[in-house]
Amino acid sequence: MSLSFQDLILTLHRYWSAQGCVILQPYDMEMGAGTFHPATVLRALGPDAWRAAYVQPCRRPTDGRYGENPNRLGHYYQYQVVLKPSPDDLQELYLGSLAEIGIDPLKHDIRFVEDDWESPTLGAWGLGWEVWCDGMEVTQFTYFQQVGGFECKPVTGELTYGLERLAMYIQGVDNVFDLRFNDAGVTYGNVFLENERQGSEYNFEVANTNRLFQAFREAAAECELCIERKLPIPAYEQAIKASHVFNTLQARGVISVAERQAYIGRVRDLAKAACEAWLERAG
Amino acid sequence: MADFLLELLSEEIPARMQAKARNDLGRLFAECTGEAGLQTGAIDVFSTPRRLALIARDVAEATEASREEVKGPRTSAPPQALEGFLRKTGLRQEQLEERDGVYFAVIERAGRPAAEILADTISRIVAGFPWPKSMRWGDGTLRWVRPLHGIVAILGEDIVPVEIDGIVSGATTVGHRFHHPGDITIGGAQDYVEKLRACHVIVDQEERERLIREGADEAAREAGLKLLADEGLVVENAGLTEWPVPLLGRFDSEFLDVPREVIVLTMRTNQKYFACTNEDGLLAPAFVCVANVAAKDGGALIVEGNRRVLAARLADARFFWEQDLKVPLEEQAKKLNGIVFHEKLGTVADKVERVAKLARWLVERGVIQADTNQVERAARLAKADLVSGMVGEFPELQGVIGGYLAEAQSEPQAVADAVRDHYGTPGQPASAAVALADKLDTICAFFGVDLKPTGSKDPFALRRAAIASIEIIVRNGLRLSLTQAVRGALANRAAQVSDATATHRLDGTSEELIEFFAERLKVQQREAGVRHDLIDAVFALGGEDDLVRLLARVNALQSFVETEEGADLLTAYKRAANILKKENWTGPQVMSSREEQGIPQTGEEDPLVLVEEPGLKEAVAEIASGSAGADLPEEKALIAALNAVEREASAAVEAEDFTGAMAALASLRRPIDDFFDHVTVNDAEAAKRERRLNLLMRFRDAVNQVADFSRIEG
Repeated sequence: MSLSFQDLILTLHRYWSAQGCVILQPYDMEMGAGTFHPATVLRALGPDAWRAAYVQPCRRPTDGRYGENPNRLGHYYQYQVVLKPSPDDLQELYLGSLAEIGIDPLKHDIRFVEDDWESPTLGAWGLGWEVWCDGMEVTQFTYFQQVGGFECKPVTGELTYGLERLAMYIQGVDNVFDLRFNDAGVTYGNVFLENERQGSEYNFEVANTNRLFQAFREAAAECELCIERKLPIPAYEQAIKASHVFNTLQARGVISVAERQAYIGRVRDLAKAACEAWLERAG
Repeated sequence: MADFLLELLSEEIPARMQAKARNDLGRLFAECTGEAGLQTGAIDVFSTPRRLALIARDVAEATEASREEVKGPRTSAPPQALEGFLRKTGLRQEQLEERDGVYFAVIERAGRPAAEILADTISRIVAGFPWPKSMRWGDGTLRWVRPLHGIVAILGEDIVPVEIDGIVSGATTVGHRFHHPGDITIGGAQDYVEKLRACHVIVDQEERERLIREGADEAAREAGLKLLADEGLVVENAGLTEWPVPLLGRFDSEFLDVPREVIVLTMRTNQKYFACTNEDGLLAPAFVCVANVAAKDGGALIVEGNRRVLAARLADARFFWEQDLKVPLEEQAKKLNGIVFHEKLGTVADKVERVAKLARWLVERGVIQADTNQVERAARLAKADLVSGMVGEFPELQGVIGGYLAEAQSEPQAVADAVRDHYGTPGQPASAAVALADKLDTICAFFGVDLKPTGSKDPFALRRAAIASIEIIVRNGLRLSLTQAVRGALANRAAQVSDATATHRLDGTSEELIEFFAERLKVQQREAGVRHDLIDAVFALGGEDDLVRLLARVNALQSFVETEEGADLLTAYKRAANILKKENWTGPQVMSSREEQGIPQTGEEDPLVLVEEPGLKEAVAEIASGSAGADLPEEKALIAALNAVEREASAAVEAEDFTGAMAALASLRRPIDDFFDHVTVNDAEAAKRERRLNLLMRFRDAVNQVADFSRIEG
């Protein structure tokens, strides 16, 4: 029988642990992508080697569909691996992880399709691919070139697996809520369907925008306070917070196109300042 | 002589970059070896997702030894000059030769072995390769499109040794990632292609393209369908595969409710699938994907996986489509006031307002025969799809989606067509009205705030919009004064911002715009084989801003000047014009006196209107026509011909029968040639000279009724 959702995670943990990765637990903050985790963003800066793997819940308020769309979720999981410096056999290591979770490359069509990655809110970019399995994007594969506006030397290789998609693929399921979460009869829907319904209603209809604007300003102010006191990690956490509040404001539809750029620019400045403080502190 | 093989093995090179990379590889190799003086035969270049390769045939073993003599300073020159020369040549003074008081340096170069030059060449190619985007990896400093892993460099049977940032050249490479994991050893250029083929890699992209083109076609045919050919997809898939295997899959036919363009585009851009049609040309619920593996199960799992991915995408598309269907276009249009068209030009809603007004004007002025209300409605709905979910997902389907939505809400067909086609150069009257108004508005609005194309920069694609406007006007034979239309468009925008200065600038801006269109017209017509000097010749007449009439003139002119008669007439015209210029002849003396009286001349007045005295009037007319006292038969004949031709030509011009006007002018050829052959213009007798000069001027002016022949080249 194919892997359950949780066994998929455990298998990846074992595989990447064997590659010398630190297995971290999810960061205890709301964020839009596993990349935002300090174990990726901050560790990608500076000269020190680093290998880590972790699951990160991702919140994308605008992607919520009240649990009615079989493929879209406002809250989902990414499996994130970072290897610094990127080893020469990174592609082979990655393909090894696919074999480990039961994807036979002589039965499936695995392809590396150009997809350059850029995060305007992190001032970060890299080159790489989206990895296709039978036409489905299962992983984002990136060689970081810059983070927070700073050159990455050495270069970090980043792998981001979309866990739900991958699990749907492995289990042959067309609806994310039908995924086997474990092998004891619990489905993904049992665990998360109600969360999606309530989360969508909150994000699209309920969230108090005045308080959110206030929260954005407060996070930005806290971030600046931390930068002043040369505390890059708490400063960066506040930048993450501001970024998530901004995403929620977007879902509420209260940010115009023109303002959008200004908000992204504000978050980027915060993240950059935190990265700069991190590099200074690292010496 | 031996063949040389170079392979640069890397991680997956983006498909869209491979064609240019092959060219660059061949070019750089030829440049580097050429500079070093190394002779090579034919060069072939190859690419797969993981490798760039080159085979150069018949590479010389070494460069030829050379001897070069360089002239130096005179022996009497100051010592600094000699020192400089020695530094430059790297020689000592006693190595120089001295001849006739001048130093000469003889520089001898031994031949360099090919391997050495090839090693240099490889280093230079890798260091200076013009990838559109390149990257670093690991802790190295080398840049390549993606991490570079190996260099195969073999001349004949010998490895060309070179090391670049820790990568050492050799004879090993890899085969297909999954069919043949592990290294393979290449013997040289002679076995490279076949060895890789044995390891499931088809190195030659053209062969892969052929396999995809034919294989996809075959897969569709076997299913009783027809492939929608798409050469762009063929090339892209060839850039994504080393061992291409086209496979046919099917999707649920319930998705066919979604507009065809959306399905084809989703398959094409998101999944790189080919679409298929059935016998009637209708879209079939099937796709052809190209796998990079000959799967153990014949591809059943791959097809099933791709089907599911496509189903998810089409489900998403259908969701947007169904949402869009629920909102009437006029409701969507209201949201356009939230979208900025350009920071200096207001919102899209403002633009829609202007386009509607201009489109309506085009119809009311009789430029376009269409239903005024339908045209205005189409203009008001044309941009509404910009806020639809579908266009949000697929921006390139703007217009197309609007057209479908208009049909779905039972708009008249003319309205739906206009909404769909207004981004292009349509032929339907209502569509043409909206399309032309939209483009003229864009061009004029940007010119109005001084955002004009400069040099190679045209960020708002105004040149393309101008060409498209010209195409709409010409294709549909639209008769309008471009100046009026342009002024109307400028005034529309000025009214929206109640900008008094914009109104002030209107004259200047509209002149600039007409010049801009004239330039674009020349570019556009050049492609149609129309000579730009002929367009200039017609524009030089002034006041001609009706492009249809202008091109009719130009076309008639071009047919005419390319005939023998036309060429002769042009020669005679130039001869006459030259004489007039040389003599500085500006016309009959009676005429020039009017200028002296300070009466402004516009060039269009009747030369006789101010002459009141009837007797004098006749005399002046006679002088003006040059007929007074004409004594030679050739003079008289020319006068008679001009009398007839002037009337005929001007009537023809009036009737826009430019071919007729040219034919009339052609009849002047014999009399003017005879005139030049037998009549001396510069007669010693002043009256005769004056009369004959006037006659030549009359001839020149007659010809100029159709175009300013002095602008015509040749």
